[in-house]
Amino acid sequence: MTSILDVKNLTLDFGGLRAIDHLNLTVNKGEIAALIGPNGAGKTSFFNCITGIYKPTAGEIFLTCRNGEKERINGLKPNLVTRKGMARTFQNIRLFSSMTVLENVMIGCHSITHAGILGAVFKDAATRKEEKYIVDKSYSILKTLELERFVNELAVNLPYGAQRLLEIARAMATDPQLLLLDEPAAGMNPTETRRLDDMILKIRDEKGIAILLIEHDMKLVMRISETIHVVDYGKKIGEGTPEEIRNHPVVIKAYLGEDIHA
Amino acid sequence: MNMPVLNEIKKSLIAAIWFMFLTFPIMVIKVNTITRTIDWRWKNMMYTGIGAFFLSAVWRYMLRRKEKNQNALEKEGLSIVQKILQVKTFSIPATVLLLIFAIVFPHLFSMHQTNIMISALIYVMLGLGLNIVVGLAGLLDLGYVAFFAVGAYAYALLNLHFGLGFWTVLPVGGFLGAVFGILLGYPVLRLRGDYLAIVTLGFGEIIRIILENWNEFSFGPAGIANIPKPELFGLDLSLSAKTIYLYYIIVLLVIFTVFVINRLTDSRIGRAWIALKDDEIACQAMGIDKAKTKLRAFALGATWAGMGGVVFAAKTAFINPASFTIWESVIILCTVVAGGMGSIVGVICGALLLILLPEYLRDFGQFRMITFGAVLVLMMVFRPGGMIENVRRTYQFKTGETNDIHS
Amino acid sequence: MNPEYLTALILGGLTRGSIYALIALGYTMVYGIIQLINFAHGEIYMIGAFTGLIVSTVLTMHGMPGFGVVFFAAAAAIIYACCYGYTLEKIAYKPLRHAPRLSVLISAIGMSLFFQNYVLLAQTSNFLPFPGLIPDFEFWKPYSHVMSATELVIIVTTAIVMVLLTLLIKFTRIGKAMRATSQDKIMASLLGINVNQIISITFIVGSATAAIGGLLIASHTGQINAYMGFLVGIKAFVAAVLGGIGSIPGAVLGAFVLGLSESVFTGYVSSDYEDVFAFLILVLILIFRPSGILGRDQTQKV
Repeated sequence: MTSILDVKNLTLDFGGLRAIDHLNLTVNKGEIAALIGPNGAGKTSFFNCITGIYKPTAGEIFLTCRNGEKERINGLKPNLVTRKGMARTFQNIRLFSSMTVLENVMIGCHSITHAGILGAVFKDAATRKEEKYIVDKSYSILKTLELERFVNELAVNLPYGAQRLLEIARAMATDPQLLLLDEPAAGMNPTETRRLDDMILKIRDEKGIAILLIEHDMKLVMRISETIHVVDYGKKIGEGTPEEIRNHPVVIKAYLGEDIHA
Repeated sequence: MNMPVLNEIKKSLIAAIWFMFLTFPIMVIKVNTITRTIDWRWKNMMYTGIGAFFLSAVWRYMLRRKEKNQNALEKEGLSIVQKILQVKTFSIPATVLLLIFAIVFPHLFSMHQTNIMISALIYVMLGLGLNIVVGLAGLLDLGYVAFFAVGAYAYALLNLHFGLGFWTVLPVGGFLGAVFGILLGYPVLRLRGDYLAIVTLGFGEIIRIILENWNEFSFGPAGIANIPKPELFGLDLSLSAKTIYLYYIIVLLVIFTVFVINRLTDSRIGRAWIALKDDEIACQAMGIDKAKTKLRAFALGATWAGMGGVVFAAKTAFINPASFTIWESVIILCTVVAGGMGSIVGVICGALLLILLPEYLRDFGQFRMITFGAVLVLMMVFRPGGMIENVRRTYQFKTGETNDIHS
Repeated sequence: MNPEYLTALILGGLTRGSIYALIALGYTMVYGIIQLINFAHGEIYMIGAFTGLIVSTVLTMHGMPGFGVVFFAAAAAIIYACCYGYTLEKIAYKPLRHAPRLSVLISAIGMSLFFQNYVLLAQTSNFLPFPGLIPDFEFWKPYSHVMSATELVIIVTTAIVMVLLTLLIKFTRIGKAMRATSQDKIMASLLGINVNQIISITFIVGSATAAIGGLLIASHTGQINAYMGFLVGIKAFVAAVLGGIGSIPGAVLGAFVLGLSESVFTGYVSSDYEDVFAFLILVLILIFRPSGILGRDQTQKV
């Protein structure tokens, strides 16, 4: 299987504190992988590092770009990382609050469209076509995530669970090959989480987007992920299929405890 | 009398005494250091006391009302003005009437009035340009007047040295404005909001100081005189005809500005600006280049300032660095803030009101700047959205509009 | 290179730096507490100088001896500056505690404009001569050809104010509360600190140092006007940023670096472009080291 993301020996220091410690991680094409670990283990820092928001202290990050070539993306600006094909959601929801649901997704299309100032002013045929493409594409993504009934609502007025889904919709609009989800189920009730499961599987199956997710809901993680990476104190302490992780002694000791069988 | 009223009076009295004390040395005592006499202006203290007594009551009442609105958590809906603006049957005839008024204006009123109107319309243009930067992209630019100066000096100098005419320089002025916008914008875009304000202020001052001191280039504080007004097909127009002609030019420019900004707001670029104002990090995560987007706003805003500068130079026929101080930037900011950041109608009303009122209210001129200061504070405290709050036109999706593409 | 000329420039730079330091303190303290640039701070300094001038003139005319005049004028200037600082915070900042930064900044600019024109209208737009409040001390006569008594007083006063302020912040209850508030306002209020009161005190202390600066510079240059606060305010802000905004030793260091380099620049390069130089420093520092000389790097939380 070909990999889409290769992280080698990634290290991140905050002053004297080592948030990520020589972490290795690979995500394969079309795979659903999960990154789990106790609070403060460095999971979100890892996302911030590979998406260019933080600069890693050491290590290498490779992303297989749209053209199939592997590129080193260390130190690339966040917007360029997105353009290369890796999009993300945020743990603390960061939607554009003064925009509608549809407009939020339309912003996601920014990186795959081109209209400039002159296009905006003259509204030529190409620009109009592109605008229509943006609207159609955004709407179809909303449909995939069953958010179309909120289409003209302001994003802030949505229920919490729907806001999380909208974060995913917005990230999908950038046409990613790899989608990073930071605690997508946080704050959702069991029914909503169940629906999220199906949604994530659907995204992968229908669009072929690989997914790496951070999640505390073990049921969700065990149900949908093919590979699970466990981190603690910034170090990787285990990797394997859900079955393997369930029985991994170090993992059980360090983090999971009894919860896993619940 | 019941207790709340008594309580209010007590608070007002305290405020009155406090402000009488606070303003005592500066409002009451005036020393003449040459004749060594002191002028005790006790009347001022009385005015201050009475003013503070009532104004503090109004202040507290307004604050309470604001708090109540916030607690109720309901946006008080659209104001009457906004509602009227949204009714097509009203807004279209109103626009037509306004246009007719604008067209006949110079024939109804004297040349003096027309000149005042030209100034006000230049401010409208500047306000609309600054509105791109502050209102849409959320970048506080306090050096905006520098681009205005660039335009004005471009016309004055190009005309002086090369004899270039108004129409040639108008686009050049806009272009130079944009170039300066990019040059000055590029190094400061990484800065956070308040730093950006100070650095742009610094840049604005640098340009003014250079204009003041580089005599060989800009003729220093003496300035440049005899800047010609635009020509119309080489016709020999009288001064009043030229003024009227210039008036129509600025009216057209304002209409052009409104058109362009309207289009921009509804475009991919306009959306990126608004998103950037909402959340920079999320914006970058969506693949939007923060620097490029901000730079676009900066450059576009500066373009209008540059063109406004050319018109200004043509109108006054004389320019010197004193016209381009930081306070000029603050006045433009004030028109944007008072009218309503982000709202085109708001900015137009704000600019017309703030520029025309002091012109027409006699004896009010000297209080112009202090009023502007108060307007900025009061607007921010009580009505941060401005007189005409911007209700952004959101994209309304209609079902059946899409062909359901599956990408 | 003429050593005497250089010495004069350095001493001039130290004097300048002292004044910047006194004003920069106000910026940096307010910034430390509420993360805002108090745009109207320069105006407080100007009002301090005006109050000093008015009170000292009135007292002199009523025949008060020199030292009494200095004492009462300084006291009045400081008290009034504090009152203005306090009122400024209550009007332009407190109602906007939870508003976007842009709003607060605009409100602050409005206040600056208001104060400037208030003094302009109530007093005058012309320059007023400021009496030399600081006497030429007998004991300093032998050295006065190197450094005037006024310059000596400026530098010594600044040093004393710095020490007092450091003591206040390090060792008093108020100082501790200030530090706690600057770290985390919500936590501080949960621990029983009256955050609004601490913010008021910060404005008051900052205004007091600004007024001292205003008095000193006015008696040094011998004239004041309503516009004097703006540019000095901006430069003091540059100093605060240079040293690392929010850091008190940083503000002092930045002020001296700016004062000295400005003085040398005007002495050797050009005095016309003196202000350009300060702004260039600001731009360069913000581009290359936005956290300043002593400031810590801040990582944005995502």
